[in-house]
Amino acid sequence: MTIGDLWVLAEPTKGGITTTAKELISEARRLGATVTAVSWGSAGEEIAGVVGSFGAVRLLDLGDLGAVLPASVVAATLAPLLSSESPDALLIPASNDGRDIAGRLSALLDTPVLTNVTGLRDNAGLESEHPIFGGTQTVVARLRASGPGLFVVRAKSFVADASAGGAAQRVTVATATPSTRAATIRTSHVEERSGPALEDAAVVVSGGRGLGDAASYELVTELAQLLQGAPGASRAIVDAGWVPYSHQVGQTGKTVKPDLYVACGISGATQHMVGMKGAAHIVAINKDPDAPIFAISDFGVVGDVHQVLPALIAALKARA
Amino acid sequence: MNVVVCVKQIPDPAAPQSLDAEYRLTRTGKLILDEADTYGVEVALRLVEAAGEGEVSVVSMGDSSDVTGIRSALAMGAVRATVVSDPSLKGADALTTAKVLAAAIAREMPDLILAATESSDGYTGTLPVQVAQLLDLPALTFATSVVVEGDTVIVHRQTEAGYDEVVAQLPAVVTVTAGVVEPRYATFKGIMAAKSRPLNVVSAAELGLSASVLDPRQEIVAVETAAVKSAGEKYVDDGEGAARIVAYLEQIKILSGSAS
Repeated sequence: MTIGDLWVLAEPTKGGITTTAKELISEARRLGATVTAVSWGSAGEEIAGVVGSFGAVRLLDLGDLGAVLPASVVAATLAPLLSSESPDALLIPASNDGRDIAGRLSALLDTPVLTNVTGLRDNAGLESEHPIFGGTQTVVARLRASGPGLFVVRAKSFVADASAGGAAQRVTVATATPSTRAATIRTSHVEERSGPALEDAAVVVSGGRGLGDAASYELVTELAQLLQGAPGASRAIVDAGWVPYSHQVGQTGKTVKPDLYVACGISGATQHMVGMKGAAHIVAINKDPDAPIFAISDFGVVGDVHQVLPALIAALKARA
Repeated sequence: MNVVVCVKQIPDPAAPQSLDAEYRLTRTGKLILDEADTYGVEVALRLVEAAGEGEVSVVSMGDSSDVTGIRSALAMGAVRATVVSDPSLKGADALTTAKVLAAAIAREMPDLILAATESSDGYTGTLPVQVAQLLDLPALTFATSVVVEGDTVIVHRQTEAGYDEVVAQLPAVVTVTAGVVEPRYATFKGIMAAKSRPLNVVSAAELGLSASVLDPRQEIVAVETAAVKSAGEKYVDDGEGAARIVAYLEQIKILSGSAS
């Protein structure tokens, strides 16, 4: 049995869909499937064009959902459609809303969900790859249940390819009323950020606990600027409140694949490494010679970030 | 206000991890309370303290031969624990676990259910929302702050760009991120008190769950060793660390040529 139909949850973002959704549509097309994208919001017309260019032939457009967390209404609307049309699988980006939608659909359809997927294979049915133990081993899994599989896929697992063609056929879908009371978004707060987006930057400079205090993060920001890169962070210092969550690289943060990743005072917890080990070049600066980060670094300096970073910043400024 | 916190005992993440012959995480060593769950316990205790009435209890699923981790949640201040332990649950997937926990929670009918955004061993990250759907409750996920006003829960929910203020009526499920609060250390008094607090071990059948509900429906077909890149050069900083990094950045063409 080859793969016939794949649906992709194409989470809307300002003026289009998320990069991960583009990657998933591209991969679904590569697997030889007929691809249906599912999206919502008020930009259905534009989204039909975008999902078409990546390879979707059809867009299920749920329209404007209002100021609610989308999971309940999206899942309540999709569950009967997935049951009746029975595609091979729904591929879901591993975002906050994506994970919530996956959880609700799993319970509604009474089907398990496979998460942290970083690869897909067609082996007489869909199999998924999951990195474990910091990416040293890969679990290959498949669903035994009948009906559409639910796969939550990590960002940057696949390459987005916009060469597919024309707009997808847009089908507007009336949303179902969820049985669950809504969680309403009252206000949205946007944190200011300058420079390239973390997930798109060619250079990422990240800081961790080894910086010692929040003020020292300025060294990371400055080095990132000098290298035309974006500043990132380990979960530890995001949890500690030194920098906002939008800076977090790792399992529960962003996945980055820059040309250069500089880890400053980051020991290399599994949860961090899965988010950055795909970088082409990794430089690590850490006091502890046994820090796990050195095991995946191309170039390591065992030293104090408070000595090495100011010297590095001065050296780069001298070149400018 | 009564709050139930979903907690999990996990192998110490700092210890080497391995899979057994059935591709399950080896859990033979000492088990600890998942650090990610301590934040939920702390938030629950603070909400009950702020409300001035009610109690915090914890529910868990897993082998009950070692309950040290569950006792540490009791030592923090939870008054009661329910542990669903059943040989038929070994290797249960997240949805099955959610069905079990939802059944255990339904017996308590709390105002609020708290959980971590994901566990630190399996990190599936879907269980709390599955529980919410099974119990037909709203779910406010990825919360960095949690406040209860009357019968409304208000959270700050992490977003790509910052955070959203999200509200829902109780009862509700809320998942909290690590670092949302500083979990308290158990006091000696708390540790002593925890020893006498009720810890009820129940089977799946006692929760009214039939064997068919528990059939695993996902399987691991293989575990492969991933291509791991070998570590590169490593220098102990002797004052030349920065210069060496500059040279390396030139070598990989991030920086062009030598400084003039």
